[in-house]
Amino acid sequence: MIAVYLVLLIPLVGILYFALSGHREDTGRMNVRFNGITLLATVWLAINVLNQGTIISTDKAFLIDPFNVYLIVLTAFVGFTTSIFSSPYMAHEKEIGKLSDKRLKLYYSMFQGFMLAMYLVLTTNNMGIMWVAMEGATLATVMLVSLYRTPESIEAAWKYFILCGVGIAQALFGTILLYYAAVQIGDGENALLWSVLYENADKLNPEILNIAFVFLLIGYGTKIGLVPLHNWLPDAHSEGPTPMSAVLSGLLLNDALYAVVRNKMLVDGATDSNMAGYLMMGFGLLSFLVAAILLHRQKDIKRLFSYSSIEHMGLMTFAFGIGGPLATFAALLHMTVHSLTKSAIFVTVGYAAQLAGTQRIDQIRGLIKTQPKIGWGLLIGTISIAGFPPFGVFTSEFLVLLATMHSYPWLTLPLLLGIGIAFAGLFRHIQPMVYGDRPEGQNPIKANLWPVTIHLALVLWLGLAIPGFLAHWFSQATLLISGSTPL
Amino acid sequence: MNIEQLDFYTQAILSMAALVGLTSFLMLGQGRLLRLIFVFALQGFLLTLTTVLAAYSLDSHHLYISAVLTLLLKVIFIPWMLRRQVLKMAMHRDIEALKNNTVVMMGGASLMVFSYYVLHPIVQSSSVVMLNALAVSLSVMLLGMLLMISHRQAIAHVVGFMSIENGLFFAAIVATNGMPMVVELGIAFDVLVAAVLFGIFFLHIRTSIDSLDVDLLNKLHEVDK
Repeated sequence: MIAVYLVLLIPLVGILYFALSGHREDTGRMNVRFNGITLLATVWLAINVLNQGTIISTDKAFLIDPFNVYLIVLTAFVGFTTSIFSSPYMAHEKEIGKLSDKRLKLYYSMFQGFMLAMYLVLTTNNMGIMWVAMEGATLATVMLVSLYRTPESIEAAWKYFILCGVGIAQALFGTILLYYAAVQIGDGENALLWSVLYENADKLNPEILNIAFVFLLIGYGTKIGLVPLHNWLPDAHSEGPTPMSAVLSGLLLNDALYAVVRNKMLVDGATDSNMAGYLMMGFGLLSFLVAAILLHRQKDIKRLFSYSSIEHMGLMTFAFGIGGPLATFAALLHMTVHSLTKSAIFVTVGYAAQLAGTQRIDQIRGLIKTQPKIGWGLLIGTISIAGFPPFGVFTSEFLVLLATMHSYPWLTLPLLLGIGIAFAGLFRHIQPMVYGDRPEGQNPIKANLWPVTIHLALVLWLGLAIPGFLAHWFSQATLLISGSTPL
Repeated sequence: MNIEQLDFYTQAILSMAALVGLTSFLMLGQGRLLRLIFVFALQGFLLTLTTVLAAYSLDSHHLYISAVLTLLLKVIFIPWMLRRQVLKMAMHRDIEALKNNTVVMMGGASLMVFSYYVLHPIVQSSSVVMLNALAVSLSVMLLGMLLMISHRQAIAHVVGFMSIENGLFFAAIVATNGMPMVVELGIAFDVLVAAVLFGIFFLHIRTSIDSLDVDLLNKLHEVDK
């Protein structure tokens, strides 16, 4: 249990440390250390869960079960590797005069703030606190999107703030309705605890829960980036600093989806209809297709990959919507591999943009000839995210397709079509960037590609063989969400 | 069911719901920023009254804390901050010409009807009073969004945003007698941080486009033209 408190306490100390300490040269390395220690704490927590099963703290404030434990470790891991990337990256941004020391301090402080909010979303047992933490994540990242203070970044941050703020207010209304249904069956102060709600789900009023879920899906769906609520996402990704894009895509979207699925489990328990599932399938498929088509029209490399994130989040939402054990297992796996791959891609994209001095796709050329590491990193990352075997994304997409064929055969066609369109959209942009001649005056930069290598190696590993303990958690979580196991 | 047959508390809650709904409509049609902020503060005050009323008649002490929080945040701090911004920018003499004012008001009325329609299934399991309270809160939220769509000034957007929060708060007080204390404190903290961030953003937007007209924030597009 101490591990949970540690996971929350370390980032909190981190916020205060970066906010209060004076100017120092090694803030980047300190950030790596903070994230590293948190990663160790989450591993300790994971070992506890592995040995004891689900943990609920004595005051019932925190709940760690197989569904969130792997997401917690994933969050800490991506946070750690991104901080390794961010340290020299931000130092470079400061060198070329884009940032001042004060902004750098703000950046690191808010980085820890964002991590804290993410851990709180995942560990809390209280649906109200989950909302508070989700809103906290927006508040922490909004100043990071506008970190460079260009007119574009301020516009992006304003859009992000307003759209996500209004969106997430819908989720609060949903939570209030959930609470309203819960107090009708008694127990005021504990009524919002997920573990209590889950036990009594069959007693909750189905009509109220159906209405509540619509609001919860729209609210958290804004954060997932579901079409048509996605407008903030490409702007925030393209205008903010690149390490932020990596954690936004890799972590925030996942955690918002996690919140939706937690709520869906309650609604499924209360109602007989599959209304929640159909809603998620509809929104998921729409996002998937629209984002796949929009990939073709992008001119900015970070916007390109943020549309790819929308596409993949759509696919996961769709898979959770189908709801059977196979689809749920696939969605859980896809959350992991997408998060690992997409953060790796954003790291290479960051280097590529620094190398070329621009984010415009038509001006980034000849990456392999200039600096093979970056070129190959981007190429392999894109191959992985496009769903080529033997990478993990292929496995999970294949499982989603199988589950779709099994439950809704006629939906396989739009899915396959979407995967094809997205594949073409990514490669028509990536191919000229990676290959081609080296433009004059383009020189290699200092780049540390270890995070990318490790991420992609893990994705490859997950594509070839899922390690036993992870498969165990996935099937436990699947059992929890869908009611039966796939294995 | 006649309103005279209900107890005093329920009657008072219903009147409060009506008044809160009314303030939302007043904000919607308001072109002057200072008056908009004043009506917003008024709405916050009505919320404070509702909370005190609920705390008194249900004898739940933690509601007094949220009443104080509401008073400090929604009636004093946020209106004060917004007012200062308006005066600093010398926008208090400007009248924002609202396009299609009639259409917006009609839209607002239909949103109210829509809220009743959406929440109607609730009647089966609880009272008509609860339906009224929840429907009014939902329509306050939707009217807040409409306010943001129909106004162009960033200040009006913040007022819309905060009045959405007001709608949520009203639902929490009336339907469930307040959320658990930790959650309520958390929400108040988020609102406070959001208000401070809005203040910082006004500064940034002003230095970037020399105005607070958000229609001028139009550099980013879904696809490049």
